[in-house]
Amino acid sequence: MQKTLVTFAVAASLGLGATAAQAATLDDVKAKDYVQCGVTGGVPGFSAPDANNVWSGLEVDFCRAVAAAIFDDAEKVRYTPLTSQERFAALSAGEIDILSRTTTWTMSRDTDLGITFAGVMYYDGQGFMVREADGIASAMDLSGAAICIESGTTTELNAADYFETNSLEYSPVVFTDQDEVVKAFEDGRCDVYTTDASALAAERSKFANPDEYIILPEIISKEPLGPSVRQGDDQWFYIARWTYYALLEAEELGVTQANVDEMLGSDNPAIKRLLGVEGEFGTPIGLTNDWAYRIIKHVGNYGESFDRHIGPNTEIGLERGLNALWSDGGIQYAMPIR
Amino acid sequence: MTYSFVRQDMVDARGAPVNTSGPIAWARRSLFATPSDALLTILAIVFLIWAIPPIYGFIAPTGIGGNAVAPGGTVEDCRVENAGACWAYISARMSFFIYGFYPPAEYWRPNIVFALGALLLFPLLTPKAPFKRTNAVLFFVVYPVICFYLLNGGVFGMRPVPTEQWGGLMVTLIISLVGIICSIPLGILLALGRQSSLPIIKTLCVMFIELWRAVPLITVLFMASVMLPLFMPQGTTVDKLLRALVGVTLFSSAYLAETVRGGLQALPRGQYEAASSLGLSYWKSMGFIILPQALKHVIPGIVNSFIALFKDTSLVSIVGIFDLLNTVQAASSDIEWSSPTQAITGYLFAGFVFWIFCFAMSRYSIYMERRLDTGHKR
Repeated sequence: MQKTLVTFAVAASLGLGATAAQAATLDDVKAKDYVQCGVTGGVPGFSAPDANNVWSGLEVDFCRAVAAAIFDDAEKVRYTPLTSQERFAALSAGEIDILSRTTTWTMSRDTDLGITFAGVMYYDGQGFMVREADGIASAMDLSGAAICIESGTTTELNAADYFETNSLEYSPVVFTDQDEVVKAFEDGRCDVYTTDASALAAERSKFANPDEYIILPEIISKEPLGPSVRQGDDQWFYIARWTYYALLEAEELGVTQANVDEMLGSDNPAIKRLLGVEGEFGTPIGLTNDWAYRIIKHVGNYGESFDRHIGPNTEIGLERGLNALWSDGGIQYAMPIR
Repeated sequence: MTYSFVRQDMVDARGAPVNTSGPIAWARRSLFATPSDALLTILAIVFLIWAIPPIYGFIAPTGIGGNAVAPGGTVEDCRVENAGACWAYISARMSFFIYGFYPPAEYWRPNIVFALGALLLFPLLTPKAPFKRTNAVLFFVVYPVICFYLLNGGVFGMRPVPTEQWGGLMVTLIISLVGIICSIPLGILLALGRQSSLPIIKTLCVMFIELWRAVPLITVLFMASVMLPLFMPQGTTVDKLLRALVGVTLFSSAYLAETVRGGLQALPRGQYEAASSLGLSYWKSMGFIILPQALKHVIPGIVNSFIALFKDTSLVSIVGIFDLLNTVQAASSDIEWSSPTQAITGYLFAGFVFWIFCFAMSRYSIYMERRLDTGHKR
């Protein structure tokens, strides 16, 4: 009996889930007057409370952009800090509308978890940090190095793969805790520290003398971090995806938060289409035609957001690298708005 | 008549022999009574000499002989080799540790809640203060309602502040106070139910207590925050903080029930019989005779579970609620204050705040035990 009850409850919730998923998230969001955004518990530069106790970061800006497109107000976002275990359940249960939580886009997550990825806010990957004084310029010089690694992570496996394929010798110095790894590296117990490049940069800023350390150019794994939405609501998915494209397109066209009002008078047809001066691009996704104008006005373009939170002038100091626009040698590429 | 060989005045009292009183005698008696005592004393002194200077150096600001950066310092002061604790960072992020994401313009609301709580709680805890009954009604019934509306807003033109924005010490206190206040009656009822002669009530109570005691609190919180939403129709969400509150309350009431049962079983059978012989009903005999004695016996146990509950509130951080510990953890990734001792300083601060509250509870329980002592002490 107990079992049938549980089965029934599961079936009922799945059934309701299916019907509700077809209901428009956009209508719900408009009705409650805010976007519910799932974020991390604090990853500097991506989503973390700032000095005024307000969420900020590159991935937070994505949620703000969606809110700006819908409400013409980037502040109409509420944040739910999620652990990595709860994040997918929270999204598929409808507790949040967008998951923007340093989540790597993988096939199984995209196809099997009831969620869909809308874009890639940051192409991350595993990198190496060394002391500048050691005179190492490339990962190919690392033969024979002692490497500090966190145990039981994909980081450990990636490093093993990389050194094996390049037939380099190395001796791993393994710890169970991220903080211990960093401490060991700082104390000189190993020559190299390896983890995701964005985390390397964030950890470096905690050192007493950050300038004495450099991050090598090689990236040895793919960690595309992007926002995701629930499967089954195409309209909401399009809003998320095209918000992402609008952020990129604006940077490519040179439209910034500062000059967006000027740009309304531009002769460039691509800018006219982006800002809604020409064409009807907002209405098919349930928004107004100036949806992208609102995004740029309130949040700025992708490059501005990047520079504000994780760019070279911030404490984190990440270069654009892979995340530069395709026209600048990176792989950030927006589909044309037309 | 006076005899020259008889003293006319008293001899001045001499001090006690050096080896029976005074600091030397004390040291001999307490520290160096036997060779093994002397050895232990010396070891302890060596340990203190070894341990205290580095600890002092770490937590004391530069002005008074330490390496720590006092409040008001800059992040550059903290980013040096062999830096001590970065207290400047704690004071700069203090509002985050107390209020979490609560909008700064609305800080007056939690402030009123704190002040009102202190104003009502202290007279309630002071035995001599008058108007106990009114005070209790105010604190247990009126105060929670006021708190809820003040913090949540949405009435009298106050801006609504959803619970996701609550955080810091505020949330830690809310969870522990609600947990403590709600679990006392629940725990007592469960304990009485378990002693009951009515089979259904007894079975239900035993099942409830054994179920909640058999499951770790982390599991309860995980179930509440991860599994529960999957079973509910989409769109109907129960507030995350409320889920944690219910979980913590039920969990601690099961423990409290067992503590109270210990008190009930410690009472001699004669007390129950005496109550019955007076013709008291079940509730009257419990309320006037049994419970006052039983609860008094188990004060240390009850306070013990309150202290455990207070510390367990930090577990809610794993379901993404920003209690004190979680705000400290989140702030330790604050890039503007990133320095070698940022995380350690944060944890020291959190530990110290927890210690203050737990120590206060423990001292109060000792005071209450002494006050209520009627000669049962052995």
